[in-house]
Amino acid sequence: MSSETTTTIPEAAAVPPPGPAPVNNKRVPQGHRRLLTRRDRITLGFMAGVPTVLHVALVWVTALASIALAFTSWDGIGFGSIKWVGLDNFKQLFNDNPQFWPAVEHNVIWFVVLILIPTPFGLFLAVQLDKKIRFSRVYQTAFFLPVVVSLAVTGFVWQLVYNPDTGLINSLIGANKPGHYIDWIGDPHLNLWAVLIAASWRHTGYMMILYLAGLKGVDPSLREASSLDGANEWQTFKNVIFPTLRPTNTVVLVVTIIEALRAFDLVFVFNKGAQGTELLSILITNNIIGESSRIGYGSAIAVVLLVISLVVIIPYLISTFRKERSA
Amino acid sequence: MSTPTVALGAKQRTPLRPARILLHVFLIGTSLAWLAPLLWAVFAALRPYSETSTKGYVSWPDKLNFDNFKNAFEQSDMLHYFGNTLLIAVPAVLVTLLVSSMVAFYVSRFDFRLNIFLLLVFTAGNLLPQQVIITPLYRMYLLIDLPGITMSGKLYDSALGLVLIHVAFQSGFCAFVLSNYMRMLPHELTEAALVDGASVWRMYWQIVLPLCKPAMAALGTLLSIWIYNDFFWAIVLISTGENMPITSALNNLSGQYFTDPNLVAAGALLTAIPTLIVYFVLQRQFVSGLTLGANKG
Repeated sequence: MSSETTTTIPEAAAVPPPGPAPVNNKRVPQGHRRLLTRRDRITLGFMAGVPTVLHVALVWVTALASIALAFTSWDGIGFGSIKWVGLDNFKQLFNDNPQFWPAVEHNVIWFVVLILIPTPFGLFLAVQLDKKIRFSRVYQTAFFLPVVVSLAVTGFVWQLVYNPDTGLINSLIGANKPGHYIDWIGDPHLNLWAVLIAASWRHTGYMMILYLAGLKGVDPSLREASSLDGANEWQTFKNVIFPTLRPTNTVVLVVTIIEALRAFDLVFVFNKGAQGTELLSILITNNIIGESSRIGYGSAIAVVLLVISLVVIIPYLISTFRKERSA
Repeated sequence: MSTPTVALGAKQRTPLRPARILLHVFLIGTSLAWLAPLLWAVFAALRPYSETSTKGYVSWPDKLNFDNFKNAFEQSDMLHYFGNTLLIAVPAVLVTLLVSSMVAFYVSRFDFRLNIFLLLVFTAGNLLPQQVIITPLYRMYLLIDLPGITMSGKLYDSALGLVLIHVAFQSGFCAFVLSNYMRMLPHELTEAALVDGASVWRMYWQIVLPLCKPAMAALGTLLSIWIYNDFFWAIVLISTGENMPITSALNNLSGQYFTDPNLVAAGALLTAIPTLIVYFVLQRQFVSGLTLGANKG
């Protein structure tokens, strides 16, 4: 491992990633292994082995099994009924399932909304709260509270806001009388947006905390130099602060994509992904806890989700771990 | 607005200037708007159903009391579901911290070539959406018989099953964070111990682990809230209402027993209370945990 390339990226060097700063500690070189007794090596084997087996068996073996099952037809009763069907599940999914393309579209909308509205707003709040103002903690708590509360509970709380006859919104705008109902949760043209408001409510606080942490890492002398040069607040932010937030932005982008792919709890509590709020995660789940158990078909949706996730996860991890190796 | 140099310089506070006042007005307004849904839930929960059904929800309250909270708590046997959650969350958090610290120790202190790959496997696994693996996992849980060990006789529909998947899934994230943390510890510590003939286990248990307390505390807080808040695994892997943890039980109950929104509001708020307590008490740990490993979805 001596020939490790030290490809230090300039931006990455200027600002440490949000994790703890890597320190130049060489790991125990190979020669020191001789100091380990036989028992030590067995201990180490167990220490790494048991968690790895558990993680691989429950996460990776099942992920691979999803791929395999996606090419089969199986009703789940006995292994004998597993039949190889090739690409049939995918063909059906792409061509015949009326819920699949809407679900893909909704997952995409979910991401676009989260990245365009709550993410910049969270950044804006973080910049304001980073100004060392009084009561900063109180404001932070207000914005962050939705992140602490479970998404399922969030779903219940927002139902109280959206309920057609007893909800806050309809009561305020006088749409809570029969005949005038606005059915925020039931109307297929409205419900996705209603859920997304609740999702954005939560996402803002999450992004605010990530950006606050990123802003704390910005070298104060950069700001000083910028204000000495006569830059105003916006110019300083745009030309000096924002570029140094690059590592945070990467994390924010990845977190937001993954949140959009994982979206489930809110919708499930709202209306179980009925008309207008279909999501890939909901389609898969309905295949298991719904009445029809079409395992191959459900797995095919899971494979679609897996492929999309890996497109994001792999490049992100490669860049993260490259930085670590070079550190 | 205020010059950042002053704000960031010494500890002195910027004097209240119009821009500052405007900022505070904005932040107070936005904070209140942010809390509005939760405050609305509190308001609804404090009012009797009879009152809101005649006067409407947006109305001046005649009386406010905790009856809905009391009823939700008793009618739905919430204590029982809180118990179920404890039975899942406590072992899951402790075991996750234990196993992920062991992996992190291995990866950060010994160079066995495998370790970057190993860490990649763990971290990537944690980033996958849960639904990617649920179908085979569900089938696997149904296949594994554990007569006499779990109530259901299977891994499916048991607290043990949930503990296992929480540990497997969350250890990816924790191993990543802890290995970063352990790498920062001076290497002389363990080298000296190794030369003195300390066993590997002793190095881990008596030297490295105590030094990781801050990171473990941060991760523990974060894990407690995540695992407490879990909804998905419980919805799919638990079928008996009795065995459900509190979040998924509430979903079940709101359909079955709760007929009025005020009672649902009270139930939802009661469910949120433990996480709010953990957050307010351990705020610092929670936030630092979140930013330690910001790669979490």
